[in-house]
Amino acid sequence: MPGFKKKGSQTVVFEKAPVITSWASIVGPKEGEGPWGKDFDRVLDDYMFGEDTWEKAEKKMLRESVKLTLDKRNLQVDDTEIILAGDLLNQTVSSNYAARELARPFLGLYGACSTMAEALLVGAMFIDGNFFNRLVSATCSHHYAASRQYRFPTEQGTQPTPSTQWTATAAGAVVLEWAGVGPRITAGTIGKVIDMGQSDVADMGSAMAPAAADTLKTHLNDLERFPDYYDLIITGDLARVGMAIAEQLFIKDGLMPRPNYSDCGVLLYDENQDVDAGGCGCGCSAAMLCGPLLKKMQNGEINKMLLIATGALMSPTMAFQGESIPGIAHAVAIEN
Amino acid sequence: MNVDQKQWHKIEMQEYQNLVDQIKPKPDILKNSIWAFMVGGLICGFAQVLVNYLLSAGMSRTDAGSAVSCIMIFLAAFFTGIGIYDELGKRAGAGSIVPITGFANAIVASAMEFKREGYIFGVGARIFSVAGPTLVFGFAVAVVAGLIKVFLST
Repeated sequence: MPGFKKKGSQTVVFEKAPVITSWASIVGPKEGEGPWGKDFDRVLDDYMFGEDTWEKAEKKMLRESVKLTLDKRNLQVDDTEIILAGDLLNQTVSSNYAARELARPFLGLYGACSTMAEALLVGAMFIDGNFFNRLVSATCSHHYAASRQYRFPTEQGTQPTPSTQWTATAAGAVVLEWAGVGPRITAGTIGKVIDMGQSDVADMGSAMAPAAADTLKTHLNDLERFPDYYDLIITGDLARVGMAIAEQLFIKDGLMPRPNYSDCGVLLYDENQDVDAGGCGCGCSAAMLCGPLLKKMQNGEINKMLLIATGALMSPTMAFQGESIPGIAHAVAIEN
Repeated sequence: MNVDQKQWHKIEMQEYQNLVDQIKPKPDILKNSIWAFMVGGLICGFAQVLVNYLLSAGMSRTDAGSAVSCIMIFLAAFFTGIGIYDELGKRAGAGSIVPITGFANAIVASAMEFKREGYIFGVGARIFSVAGPTLVFGFAVAVVAGLIKVFLST
C-alpha cells in the first residue's frame, strides 16, 4: 500500500525509528565563548582551521565533524554507506569538497539553514525504507565565508541593524543507524516554502517565522498532538526578532508551546557577544543539536524533542531583482 | 473565487507586515546619529588640522587639499588592512562611510576579500564591487556637468 508511512498532509512516521547512535560538533571561537562552549566536541582557536581560505576552513570543519562522529562510535569513514550533507555556499562547495575527501557515496542537499533537519529527515527515510543500514547526516556554516557571499566584504565598515543575525561558524554531524543505542527519530514533517512578502535582507527572522509556524501547526495536526507532548520544541535560527514573531503566530494558531519553546539562534550566543538578534546558519541548529541538545537527551533531561530547523531561501540575485525572501521549515521529532 | 483568495492573501500579508513592524526593534537613531556625528566630525576635523598645518608650512590650498586626501585615503586603507575600520563602521555608520575614508575602506575591503581568487579574477575584477556604483554615477554626473559648462560658456 503506497504512502502508508505518511500521516496527515505532510508528515511521515517511521515504522522502526532510526537511531542517532553518535553525534559530533565543531564550532568557531565565538561560539566556544558562548553559553554552551563546553558542550561542543571541539572549539577552534581561529577561523582558518589551518587552511588559507574561509571556504576551505568550512569544508574542513564539515569533513572533520563527519570523521569525529564516526570516530566516537569507533567507526571508520568507510563504515558509512552514504553521506548526506549541505551548506550555505554557492554550489554547496563545502559539502561537495568534503565529500571528495571522504570518498563515500554522497547526496548534496540545500535547504539554507534548515539543511540539518532536511538531512535528518532524508536519512531517516533512507534507513526506515531499508535502503541503508548506516549513514551520516551533516551540515556546516562559516561566518566569514557566508558573509562575503551574502553580504559585504568582511573588512567593510557597515552598520548592522538590530535584526541582523550572525552566521554561526559551526558544523554538526550525526550517525543514523537502523539499530543501536541513542535517541530515535520517530517522525518528521516536510515543510512548504512560505513567503509572506518580507524583503529586508537584514532580517531573516521575519522571513522564516511564518514557515516555522506553518510547519509546527501542520506537524501537530497531522499527528493529532498538542504542543505539550514535547519536552522541548526548538526552532532553528529565528533569533530574537523571529522568535518573538513566531510566538505571536503560535498564539494566533491556538498553539502555545511556552515555556518549552526556544530557538537555537537565541541560545547559541550570549546577548553581550555583539551578535545583534542572534545566530543563524546551517551550523547554528546543527551544532546546538549535535552538542548540548542531544547530550541533554542522552542524560534524560529531555525525552521528547521537536527540532524545527528554519531556512531563509534568500538569494542576493533575486533580492536585487526585487523578489521577497521565501522561508522553509522542516520538523524532526526525536524521542528517547 | 480566485480574486477572493488573492485578496485574502493580500490581507494576510498586510497583517503579517503589521505584526513584524510592531515587534521588530528599530535602530536607535539618536545613538547612531551621535556616533556618526562624532566620528565623522573627528575624521573631518583631523583632516582640517592636516590642511592647516600644510598651509602654514607654505603649501598652496589646492596642493594641501590633494595631499590631505592622499593621507586620509592611506590611513583608511591602513586601518582597513589591520582590521580596525570595520569595527569603527559598526558603531559610526554613515560617520565613517560618507567621508573619503569610507570610499577607501570599500575598495580596500573588496581587494582584501577577493585576493584569494587571484589578482585578475579576484582583485582586478571585483575591487570595485562595492565602490563601483559611486564611480560609475560619479563619472556620469561629471560628464553631464562638464557638458553643461561647455554649452553655457559658448
